[in-house]
Parts: sequence; structure tokens; C-alpha cells
Amino acid sequence: MEAILELKDLNKHFDGIYVSKNIDLKIEAGSLTAIIGPNGAGKTSLFNLITGFLEKDSGKIFFKGRDITNKNPEEIASLGIVRAFQVSSIFPYETVYDNLLLASLSHHKKNFNFFSNKYSFKNICEHTNFILKSMNLENKKNLKASELSHGDQKILDIAMALTLSPALLLLDEPTAGMSPEERKNMVLIIRELHKKFKLTTLFIEHDMDIVFGVAEKIRVMVRGEIIAEGTSEEIKNNPLVIESYLGAEV
Amino acid sequence: MRKSSSYLPWLSILIAFLLILFLPISEHKVHLATRILIFSLYAVAFNILFGMTGLLSLGSALFYGFGAYVTGMLTKSYGGDYFVYLLILGSISAFILAIPLGLLCLRLTDVYFTMLTFAFGQLVWGVCIKLYNFTGGDDGIQGIPRMALLETTKSYYIFVFIIVFISLIFLWRLASSPFGLVLNGIRQNRNRITFLGMNVYKHQLLAFLISAFFTGLAGGLYSGLDGSIHPNMFFWTQSGSIILMVILGGINNFFGPVVGTIIFILLEDYIGKTTEYWPFFLGTIMLIMVIIFPKGIVGILTRFLKGPQTKKELANGSHS
Repeated sequence: MEAILELKDLNKHFDGIYVSKNIDLKIEAGSLTAIIGPNGAGKTSLFNLITGFLEKDSGKIFFKGRDITNKNPEEIASLGIVRAFQVSSIFPYETVYDNLLLASLSHHKKNFNFFSNKYSFKNICEHTNFILKSMNLENKKNLKASELSHGDQKILDIAMALTLSPALLLLDEPTAGMSPEERKNMVLIIRELHKKFKLTTLFIEHDMDIVFGVAEKIRVMVRGEIIAEGTSEEIKNNPLVIESYLGAEV
Repeated sequence: MRKSSSYLPWLSILIAFLLILFLPISEHKVHLATRILIFSLYAVAFNILFGMTGLLSLGSALFYGFGAYVTGMLTKSYGGDYFVYLLILGSISAFILAIPLGLLCLRLTDVYFTMLTFAFGQLVWGVCIKLYNFTGGDDGIQGIPRMALLETTKSYYIFVFIIVFISLIFLWRLASSPFGLVLNGIRQNRNRITFLGMNVYKHQLLAFLISAFFTGLAGGLYSGLDGSIHPNMFFWTQSGSIILMVILGGINNFFGPVVGTIIFILLEDYIGKTTEYWPFFLGTIMLIMVIIFPKGIVGILTRFLKGPQTKKELANGSHS
């Protein structure tokens, strides 16, 4: 299958400590890939490098065959690489609806319009309502984002990313801090998004049940390096992964 | 659809305007009402930057003074007949001055932005005092004429009302526009704005320029009110007074700064007449406001009028 994202020899270090070391990675279009690894392995830093939030020391990043190595975060987001965050990144004093509307206005390039009312664009409101419905947030649309539960805030975070109609969705620990019920719901959402929209998804996760149950392909990072990749079964039985991260009991 | 209650502030402004126009009130009070209108525009323009975008500028007086000096000095040179044109020119000058300053200051964030705007404001104030032959130095410039049609205090009040009303409508539309929503987003979570594909710097710069334009317009209007301009219009305490007005009224509501301005100027006028320690009373009021009512007077009123609202009630509202 064609690679939508390709990292070539990507390096980044802080005071000699590598968060990315000689990373070569290909993400296939339409795939659902997990990145796992211990804390401090460089997983979130890898997302930061892909999305332009961190400057690379060396290496190249290609998205749909186009070199995006030196692009800034807003350009990368506009190209279709969109992320949701480990700690929900929302607009706390806006309603759920306005959070999504903001993303939708950006997607439709209306963010510099200062003459029209923000609710006056029919297509944008329809798009916003579609995302609200898809993510089951309809009955909470007039709540302030800060009034949502932790789980709903994470869903809103992902919903905002989806509003941009991404080609590649990066989810950083989508179930972090969630109750078991909320985790179950999030797993359903990730599966549904992948199935319904054929959305290429790359996610970081610590819950191995979720990783092995959801991901089609898994990459394992340790100390800034990708030490293994493969299917759930291959990763579970990889001695290096067992030694470095999973432990013997898995 | 917009709720009918959202038109209430506009109706109140119109009624107040008509009352002042048709009631037999003294010239001093008409003058006071004109001051309130001018400073309301200044405060609302400032709040586009502060309350919406989250940028605290201590240099807003720079654009206020610049608008006043450009309008005032040119009107003095060319005559009162050109006042309206020169008023527009003063606003445009403030807008143009804001381009390099905004490009530079907005490279910094938080307190560094605040200090840089403060530094520029003080720099221009210093230059204004030193250039005695050009600006009149400490004495400023007096005897700025107005066009014949705006000679009386009342006619000037009507003129100011029309200009301020149109400006407020523009700024109100801006506040409820997509651009306004982005500015609110920048205040709350600028990183997320970036990751949604929007350029924070460009939005902030545009907000800075728009704010400067209307602040300059307010300055120009003030030069016509008293027929005089002085370097203290550039001084940082002028910027500080506007911050107080905005906080007093409430930064999270479009009309908060208008309400804050009305109360501030009335207090200044009435307490100032009775005691020279008026800043002491103002300080006390500000302390009470910030500690007990951080959302300002409009914040209190809104909470009082809405009453307790449950999550369920909020959720049951609807959007188009």
C-alpha cells in the first residue's frame, strides 16, 4: 500500500539525550497504527516533530510524497496532518458547538471574515452539526467545554481534529485518565472512525489491551529509536520488545 | 436567531442618547456625555485586544494620542472645515503606526508584550514633550477649531454619538464574527489555534491594527471636544485608566467596557468635585471589584438576570 507519511533518518536530541534517533518510518494510507513504548521513549516528541511543533536536528518528513520537513504547525495542519492531545486541548470558555465551529471555520478558510455572523454559514454549520452527531456530542453542544467530563473533553478534542477532515489523524494517548467505561467508548470511536472514514490513524497508547485489540500494525519505541514493528502477534512474541517494554507475563 | 435580549444594550444606548438630547441639561453634562462616548469607543477598541485576544497593552495611549495629535494639529493648520476628513486621517495614521509596532511587539507574548507596548508609549510621550516647536511640548496645542456645523456642544455630541455608534456596531459585528471567535480562541488556547491550521500572529496583528484604528479615532474625537491636545494623552496612566474602565465594567462582555467607562467617568466627575482624594476612592472601588466581582459590573448583572442555570438547561438551548 502507498505510504501517506514517510520519515527518513529523523533525529532530535535535547542536551545529548535523543528523543528521536535515526527514525525511518512509513505509515500506509488507511492504516491504523499504534506507537507504544515506555515513558520518555520519545513518542509524543515524534508527534511534535511530525506536526512541526519541534524543530528537527536532521532528517526529512514527507507527506503524500511532499517534503514538509520545514513547514510550520499551521501549514502542516492545513495539509491534513491533524492531532489530538494527551491532555485535552480545547477552548474551555466556549460551548462545545463553538469549539467545533472554530475548527470548521478554519477548515473552510473563513477565519479572517469579520463582517459575517459566525453562525451565518450554512455549509459550515451543517459540517459542525455532522461532526457533533458523529461523535455523539449533540446533547452537550450548548455546554461550556470546561463543564464536560474528562472523557467528553477528550472526545471533543478528537472531534475538533476530525472537523478539519484530516488525511492523517494523530492521537496522543486517547484513553489517558479515562474510566473503564469511557475507555470502552473511546475504543469504539477509534474503530468507527477508521471503518467509516477510512481515516489513516496513528495513535500512542499505554493500554496494551487496547493496542492489541485495535491496531493493525504496531511500532515500538525505546529511547528515541523504533526497535520493532509488526502485527499484534509479532510484537507480543518479539523477545526484544518483551525485554525492553512488555515484560515476560504478556 | 439572535435573542431579543441581545438588542437591549443598543436600545439603552439609544434611549440615553435621546434623553441627553431632549432633556434640559447643562452644557457641562453634555460635555461629560460626549467624553463618555469617546472613552467608550476607546475602551471597546482596547478590549478587542485585551478581553478578546488576551493581549494586555500598556501602550494604547500611544494610538489615542497619535490620533488626537494628527487630527488636532492638522485641523489647527488647515481649519475646522476639514475636521471630519482629518479625523479619518488621524485614525488611518494610528493604523499605519500600529503596523511596525504590532509586527515587533507581537513577536513577544505575555508580560514582555505588555512591557514593550509600555516602552513605545513612553518613548513617544518623551518625544512629544521634547519637540516643543512642533508639538507644543508640555503645553500641548490649544484652540483647535471645529467646523461651523459642529460649533455647539450639543451638535458635537450628536456628531460623536453617530461616529461612536457606527464604530460600536462594526466592532460588535467583529466580536460575533468568525474572526472574533478565533480571537477568543487565541486567548484561551493559542497552541490549539495553531494546530487547527490558523496563524496566531496574523490574527493578533489584525486585531492590533483594528484596535489602533478605533483608538486613534477616539483620540481624534477628543481633540475636537476640548479643542486642545496635550502630551499626557500619550502617557501610560491614560492606558492604565482604560484598563481600569474595562475591568470595572467586565472584560468578557462586549458592553462591559461601555458600562465601566460610564461609571468611571461619572465617579471621576462627581467624587472629583468633592474631594481631591478621588484616586483613593477609585482604588478602593477597584480593589472591591477585582476581589469580589472579577467579572465586572456586567458580569454581576448578567448573573443576576440569568439566575442560576443548570447544565441541563444550558444543554437544552439550541443553535442553528
